[in-house]
Amino acid sequence: MKILVCISSVPDTTSKINFIENETQFDKSGVQYIINPNDEFGLTRAMWLKEKQNCEVHVISVGIVDTDPILRKALAIGADQAFRVDINPMDANQVAREISDFIKNKDYKLIIAGRESIDYNGGMVPGMIATLINANYVSNCVSLEVNQSNFKATRETDGGKENISGTLPLVIGGQKGLVEEKDLIIPNMRGIMMSRKKPLTIIEAKYQTFQTDTVKYEKLPPKGAIKLVNPEKINDLIDLLHNEAKVI
Amino acid sequence: MAIVVYLETEDGNFKKSALEVSSYGRKLADETKTNLYGIAFNSSDPDKIRKYGIDKLVNIKTDHVFDARIFADLLSKNFKELGGTIFITGSSADSRFIFPVVSILLDASYATNVVDFPSGISPLVLKRSAFTNKGFVFTELKTKYKIIGILNNSYGIFESERKLEVKEYMAESQDSNLQVESIKEDEEKISIADAEIVVSGGRGLKGPENWDLVEDLAKTLGAATACSKPVSDMGWRPHSEHVGQTGKPVASNLYIAIGVSGAIQHLAGINASKCKVVINNDPEAPFFKAADYGVIGDAFEVVPKLIDGLKKFKSR
Ligand SMILES: Cc1cc2nc3c(=O)[nH]c(=O)nc-3n(C[C@H](O)[C@H](O)[C@H](O)COP(=O)(O)OP(=O)(O)OC[C@H]3O[C@@H](n4cnc5c(N)ncnc54)[C@H](O)[C@@H]3O)c2cc1C
Ligand SMILES: Nc1ncnc2c1ncn2[C@@H]1O[C@H](COP(=O)(O)O)[C@@H](O)[C@H]1O
Repeated sequence: MKILVCISSVPDTTSKINFIENETQFDKSGVQYIINPNDEFGLTRAMWLKEKQNCEVHVISVGIVDTDPILRKALAIGADQAFRVDINPMDANQVAREISDFIKNKDYKLIIAGRESIDYNGGMVPGMIATLINANYVSNCVSLEVNQSNFKATRETDGGKENISGTLPLVIGGQKGLVEEKDLIIPNMRGIMMSRKKPLTIIEAKYQTFQTDTVKYEKLPPKGAIKLVNPEKINDLIDLLHNEAKVI
Repeated sequence: MAIVVYLETEDGNFKKSALEVSSYGRKLADETKTNLYGIAFNSSDPDKIRKYGIDKLVNIKTDHVFDARIFADLLSKNFKELGGTIFITGSSADSRFIFPVVSILLDASYATNVVDFPSGISPLVLKRSAFTNKGFVFTELKTKYKIIGILNNSYGIFESERKLEVKEYMAESQDSNLQVESIKEDEEKISIADAEIVVSGGRGLKGPENWDLVEDLAKTLGAATACSKPVSDMGWRPHSEHVGQTGKPVASNLYIAIGVSGAIQHLAGINASKCKVVINNDPEAPFFKAADYGVIGDAFEVVPKLIDGLKKFKSR
């Protein structure tokens, strides 16, 4: 079975967020890019399927040449092939359409994306792909089992969980729980050497019109100073929360 | 042209977020001089929404399993039938499950994590939380149909009584190849997404055996419980409580962090909360730079006193 893992390249989780050009551009300088953490959980789950159920794992990213190191890392982790749609991603709809077009007429039974990218936090791409390719869809996916034609998955809801089963093809929006933090694969030397020989295919973009526009950015408002409460006078805290912050 | 809001229900009752979504919709309808219509699934008391500005409610009756495709299909059809142009929804896990599908079915542009009333209506520009609460982006929606997904607690609830008309809509049955079994957590438990107050514990609490502190405090406040990532990684608490950049987002009115250092990845996920309180014995902990109120002290001494004080306060 062939699996496609969608990878978005995002600023490292420790990045300071700054804007330039009159707050109209995200400042990339000094920012380290990583595989979106939700996608890394999904990729690791795919590697287990490769090992145990003999699946072939492909990765895809919509992005310009800067994205290549992220795809190479996915290959070093163990993916078999990488694809990059060569365009700067502008919105979820565009990314979903590019990826859906790529999927058409190929026999991917399982498409693993992340619950959301940690940069724009859209949480839209997997649901859009599923609809475009007419596949089943599970968001906030925390566990997944598949065989040749069926799946069993668990979705995290606001107040609990939902077990969903059905037929492939399936698109998931995955997150931690698919695998654990300790299961994430750190590429070894051999993996890195092998990744250089694996194919990374560049695909021409098709969609140049976008449904949305980014008008500008804004930084968080500056925070006022903290008020410290003496631990011996904890009732002062209750008083502040009640009378000043009005939250209890 | 009309504004349509998706009014989420739980066990037949409108969720609090539904009231917020309709308040937001009412203001937008007033500003654009249009009507405000609502769509709900299986509301058992549609009249309850009258106070929140809805002119007409379509109450869809269905006993279908929760298949995103079918629910999205029903929403899209009714939206079009109502002559909708702007569709407004909340940010629950369920609506974030359905609306990406709706956006494709309607060929609508969609903005999630919206934190404010539109900063421009024509063109429609929305302020969204981005970079996991480390900044904002203003996004223009350019298509004919538009979807606005607003973050909980970001607009407020305002009353505005209308002459509500209710239309019952019997959903036709549709084929689905899905089996869905939902497992509710403890009925008593408040979910992080819906909570106004969240109490969170970190590695400073030393071990799962000490979590009665967090739970007692949460119970006293009617709060949801949460934890930092290492705490759920070590299995002290379930995944579903992990909050932060890679966990659940928190946008509560009050967030109390106990024994949490305040790493950038933790703060990012909880920053949308309005008031933050930190209890930590290390005055250098980064959380003190992010919080509104702080107590420098040992959690094992401070928290029991706080619970005591709150119990007295509540019984006043
Ligand atoms: C890619 C990535 C993603 C991440 N995503 C997240 C995320 O989503 N959420 C998240 O939380 N973290 C996340 N992290 C981890 C984050 O960097 C921190 O490691 C984590 O938040 C620390 O958890 P903590 O505060 O519970 O523990 P610690 O950092 O160990 O802090 C414990 C705190 O407790 C205090 N303390 C100790 N004893 C007491 C006492 N008796 N009374 C009071 N205070 C006491 C200490 O002073 C200390 O400040 C992520 C990391 C990475 C690399
Ligand atoms: N540019 C992209 N290229 C490939 N996959 C992407 C891209 N953007 C988003 N995705 C996938 O869609 C998921 C959700 O992203 P988003 O809808 O942007 O929050 C991510 O976790 C990725 O798996």
